[in-house]
Amino acid sequence: MSAVAEQAVAAPPRRRLRLAIWLFSRSFSSMLGLVLVSVIVLLALLGPWIVPYPDDVQGGINLANKLQPPSWQHWFGTDEVGNDILTRVIIGARISLLVGIGITLAAAAIGVPLGILAGLAGGRLREVIMRFTDLFLSVPGLVLAIALVAALGPGIVNAMIALTLVWWPGYVRLAESKALSIREEPYIEAARVAGAARARILWRHVLPNSLSPLIVKMSMDIGQAILAVASLGFIGLGAKPPTPEWGAMISIARGYLPEWWWYAVAPGAFIYLAVLGFNLLGDGLRDILDPRSNRG
Amino acid sequence: MAGYVLRRIGLAGLMLFGLVCLTFVIANVAPSDPAALAAGPDAGRSQIERVRQEYGLDKPLPEQFLRYVTDLAQGNFGQSIATGRPVGTDLARYFPATLELVIVAMTLGVLLGVPLGVLSALRKDGPVDHATRIFAVSGIALPPFWFGLLLQLGFATWLGLLPTSGRLSVFTEPPDPITGLLLVDSLLHGNWALFREAASYIVLPAIVLSLPCLASILRVNRSEMVEALRMDYVVAARAHGVTPWRIVMVHALKNAMLPTLAIIGLRWGWMMSSTVLVETVFDWPGIGLYAVSSAIAGDFKPVMGVTLIVGLNFMIANLIVDLLYGVLDPRLRRA
Repeated sequence: MSAVAEQAVAAPPRRRLRLAIWLFSRSFSSMLGLVLVSVIVLLALLGPWIVPYPDDVQGGINLANKLQPPSWQHWFGTDEVGNDILTRVIIGARISLLVGIGITLAAAAIGVPLGILAGLAGGRLREVIMRFTDLFLSVPGLVLAIALVAALGPGIVNAMIALTLVWWPGYVRLAESKALSIREEPYIEAARVAGAARARILWRHVLPNSLSPLIVKMSMDIGQAILAVASLGFIGLGAKPPTPEWGAMISIARGYLPEWWWYAVAPGAFIYLAVLGFNLLGDGLRDILDPRSNRG
Repeated sequence: MAGYVLRRIGLAGLMLFGLVCLTFVIANVAPSDPAALAAGPDAGRSQIERVRQEYGLDKPLPEQFLRYVTDLAQGNFGQSIATGRPVGTDLARYFPATLELVIVAMTLGVLLGVPLGVLSALRKDGPVDHATRIFAVSGIALPPFWFGLLLQLGFATWLGLLPTSGRLSVFTEPPDPITGLLLVDSLLHGNWALFREAASYIVLPAIVLSLPCLASILRVNRSEMVEALRMDYVVAARAHGVTPWRIVMVHALKNAMLPTLAIIGLRWGWMMSSTVLVETVFDWPGIGLYAVSSAIAGDFKPVMGVTLIVGLNFMIANLIVDLLYGVLDPRLRRA
């Protein structure tokens, strides 16, 4: 498989793309990832128009209907104020996806330019950037995020800020190591000899060639960011109820265990499937885009 | 070798300094008013001013930093508002519970992750390999807090096999602490019933905590084994008539274990940080639960104390792994 994939890198662009798509579609786990991600994205896009009970999105109160078990009217049952859990979980997909993509894009937007700069500039500037990055890597992510949220105050916006601050160093590391290896390539030298400006070399040559590992990492990170936001929501430092965020829903549902167990099942299953989808997708993309780095 | 050791210790020292800088920035630069944060959510204006003077928060930042470092060097983490005790005392009290949980979970992760990794490398692209791949990706994707709730529901509530949460039953007298680790202390006291009870309480949280670690050990060990089994020395060993068992267990695994060791070092720190979720679900009285309940109450000093302790653990684990690398791979000592 990896021998074929490496051929894919050497072939001309259109055939390369066709081969990549073929390789991707042949792998069951990659396709599962693609399907899961597509479903989550569709739910997020169409959410407000397909939910069975649009009135429950804002958190209406319908106590006569509270804590109903799953049925044909309410597939996943109802919550403690009588809202349809399916409705709230679908709207939750919107929040989680937005937050996950937002954190990842923001982290990449901070980390990638810094990393490329460090890798190409070298010398003292590189030293400063990398030591500053290491600072943030001296504490494992979740605890650092909790410390930041504790300093900034709880809430979903601050949780996003905290997780972005936790996530960007990874992109600096990745971009720096890519830039370091690309710097030595003959085509960079050729471009420089041909008189290309530094910005052009960065934009036209370095960035496109570091794109594959970047895409793979971003796909994985969207999943991990969704999980991290749900984790903060669960411990009460992220989204606040009645926002239909998955982690915050589980945090409330925990108080209704074990009698009303279905309340906690649906939001958790959606977190799991969303994170699984992005991880499998990232894994599959790595196999075709960046086959040599298949580690861990 | 001495040079290598000194260099690694120097690097760890730098990391420690970075950690102290980072926590200082979070505590004193990030919030709009550090004094109000340190005084707690219910403090009045005069109280906030008193805290500002007491902690020297009205002084310039370099002076504050110096004071922060000297305080930490003396083991002074500040005062917890919620418990009314010094944070250092609280940490000393809660840390053994977390340590015990992490040790058990790490043991589980290594004992299952390494053999499963070897097995799937030997059966590469076979059904076992696919199964462990799905298992590993699931292990990383499962939200630990939700998985914990499901296990509680299944094993504690429905099957009634294991206790739901806590470290011991509320009716059980905890033993006199020797190490603070209940499993060890109960054995030292020769109290088998207590050991069994403590073990039954630790099973579920340890499983939840170990799953992501198990998954990543499995993945790394698998890909390293696949690589190692392709090497010339494996072919040479086979040509010499070395038994397949010995080739896998000695020649290949020894080389695959180095990167696996690095992951174990990283995961030690990450596990300390995921205890925040697992301890919340299982009401496990460790530093994770302490950090969460303090953060929710707006009690800031304990959160910073836990951040420092977790960071310190992360650093020490990495240092130990680096030193082990030097022992196991002689080439690195000269690098």
